[in-house]
Amino acid sequence: MRCKRERVIFLQQTEIAVVGGGPAGLAAALEAVKMGCQVTLIDRHAFLGGQLVKQTHKFFGSSKQYAGIRGIDIAKRLAGDLDSGPGKVSLELNTTVLGYYDDGVLLVEKDERVSPLFPERIIVATGAMEKMLLFRNNDLPGVYGAGAVQTLMNLYGVVPGCRVLMIGAGNIGLIVSYQLLQAGVEVAAIVEGDTRIGGYLVHAAKVQRSGIPIYTSHTILEATGENCVEGAVICQVDEKWQPLAGTEREIAVDVICLAVGLTPLTELLRQAGCEMYYVPELGGYVPLRDENMQTTLPHIFVAGDAAGVEEASIAMVEGKIAGISAAGSLRSCTKIDGLLEACRQELHELRAGDTGDKSRRGLEKLRKTMEKRKYAEKDESTGLLRA
Amino acid sequence: MLKKTKVPAFYEHKNGLPHAERMLQGPFALIECYQRIPCDPCQYACPREAIKTFQDINDLPEIDYDRCNGCGRCLSKCPGLAIVIIDSTFSLQEGLVKIPFEFLPLPVAGDVVEALNREGRVVCRARVLKVENAQWQDRTPVIWLTVPKEHVLDVRNLRLIQGDERDGGRYNCLPL
Ligand SMILES: Cc1cc2nc3c(=O)[nH]c(=O)nc-3n(C[C@H](O)[C@H](O)[C@H](O)COP(=O)(O)OP(=O)(O)OC[C@H]3O[C@@H](n4cnc5c(N)ncnc54)[C@H](O)[C@@H]3O)c2cc1C
Ligand code: SF4
Ligand code: SF4
Repeated sequence: MRCKRERVIFLQQTEIAVVGGGPAGLAAALEAVKMGCQVTLIDRHAFLGGQLVKQTHKFFGSSKQYAGIRGIDIAKRLAGDLDSGPGKVSLELNTTVLGYYDDGVLLVEKDERVSPLFPERIIVATGAMEKMLLFRNNDLPGVYGAGAVQTLMNLYGVVPGCRVLMIGAGNIGLIVSYQLLQAGVEVAAIVEGDTRIGGYLVHAAKVQRSGIPIYTSHTILEATGENCVEGAVICQVDEKWQPLAGTEREIAVDVICLAVGLTPLTELLRQAGCEMYYVPELGGYVPLRDENMQTTLPHIFVAGDAAGVEEASIAMVEGKIAGISAAGSLRSCTKIDGLLEACRQELHELRAGDTGDKSRRGLEKLRKTMEKRKYAEKDESTGLLRA
Repeated sequence: MLKKTKVPAFYEHKNGLPHAERMLQGPFALIECYQRIPCDPCQYACPREAIKTFQDINDLPEIDYDRCNGCGRCLSKCPGLAIVIIDSTFSLQEGLVKIPFEFLPLPVAGDVVEALNREGRVVCRARVLKVENAQWQDRTPVIWLTVPKEHVLDVRNLRLIQGDERDGGRYNCLPL
């Protein structure tokens, strides 16, 4: 850390700091501002939108949350809503939140300068990061994460290679395969360990009608090639995802793209001391939180993929809830209960389908843990013995 | 090769097709969306209220074929690109299929292209009647293809004929 002697660093104050300018953070900031709070929105990128800025496809989801519109355009609209909103959000782009101190101070870095920020409430909407997969030679140049492929293609107009093997048939694997086809890149196949396609069948149908085979119950064993990827060995797996001997075959590709899931980005929450809980259905460790998106530390809220990997529609509604709850804890407003209830109902509907099954299971685990915790707290306060 | 992928004969689904009589009365939308997912733009897109109002955002879209006139508004809003417009009354021998197509280069009216089915296999050749790419379609061009009548329910994609100079090398990468 560089420190110039002549520069005095002041402690900046704000009522609500929102960390992350994706759909969740944007929605949270907008709601909080609507309720008259002073909000600082921080994102480490030069632009707002988070994942959305790479999503050139039309979004599925609820029309109330801009479904049917391309992700890139949703990002613009959300950012526009903030601009034309009732109050002013101070935007800190190209700014990374590095850490959290016990006294409630966030350490913020911009242009290689570090400064402290003291917010009364913090909303963490940092999104998620990609998972890696273990296989031989997975460090060869040519092995990409799906997010990297999207960034290259959709932000910078660079194709990752000529012929791609996609690992994972969830929505991300399916959508990125489609975007590769749009960029003129060949997709040799999509490989999926599960017995069925995890993503939406409408997205699968889009790549299938271009002739891309989806091999379910398959996995990748190794990447081949001397100095970069020249091929991939795939094989069938049994129900326990164990490779079946004798089913190996090699496919000639120069890119292996991994779309094997995301895991919430929760370092800040951990560091702050929010209680975490391992919920594989939500992508890994997630902060314990109640239905108002409040973590176990009363001044810290969470929203979007950081609270559990789901979808943009859900991230936006969670952001709204976090924004309202955080602002509600600073300003009294009679409409809060009604607003929150409407949001919760919306979340319930969004998760009610066949594909919401996993999230529902994960959230149920969280809810139970949270309940036990509350119960324990109550016991302490009443002085009764714990069950 | 074990290949448990689902490319169902979608139109066999009970809500998939209008009855035979309706099919002979002009264009209609065919929605191939048969999984309860949280998605609803098609319903809001329809100006004729032909897509039954969802009780729940996960509902499957269901068309009232007496109201649907095949205008294609829903087609251009659907993020799943799951909707096509079919008109079996186009001519004596040919039917018209309108498909969403988000690839470059775009075909142009008059082109003969390969018509592909749901698995990307060639079913027949098709003539491009029109390429719609209006602002309200938001960069999802809609290609009007005329195909032999017996294929109207199978055609879901197209491919420029190989060797077409506009193909830009899209289909010539490393051999398997
Ligand atoms: C290929 C693909 C297709 C998708 N398609 C759809 C779809 O059709 N419909 C749908 O509903 N959802 C879709 N999603 C999911 C959707 O994009 C995400 O669920 C959503 O973006 C999550 O929003 P978020 O705000 O929680 O996080 P993000 O969008 O990830 O935003 C997080 C932001 O926080 C910033 N950040 C993180 N840490 C810090 C820090 N320490 N300091 C400062 N800034 C930080 C990041 O830079 C980022 O901008 C798709 C996702 C992918 C990858
Ligand atoms: S084609 Fe037009 S009338 Fe028919 S369902 Fe779609 S939007 Fe409605
Ligand atoms: S908009 Fe498309 S994907 Fe979404 S529910 Fe309607 S038909 Fe299905």
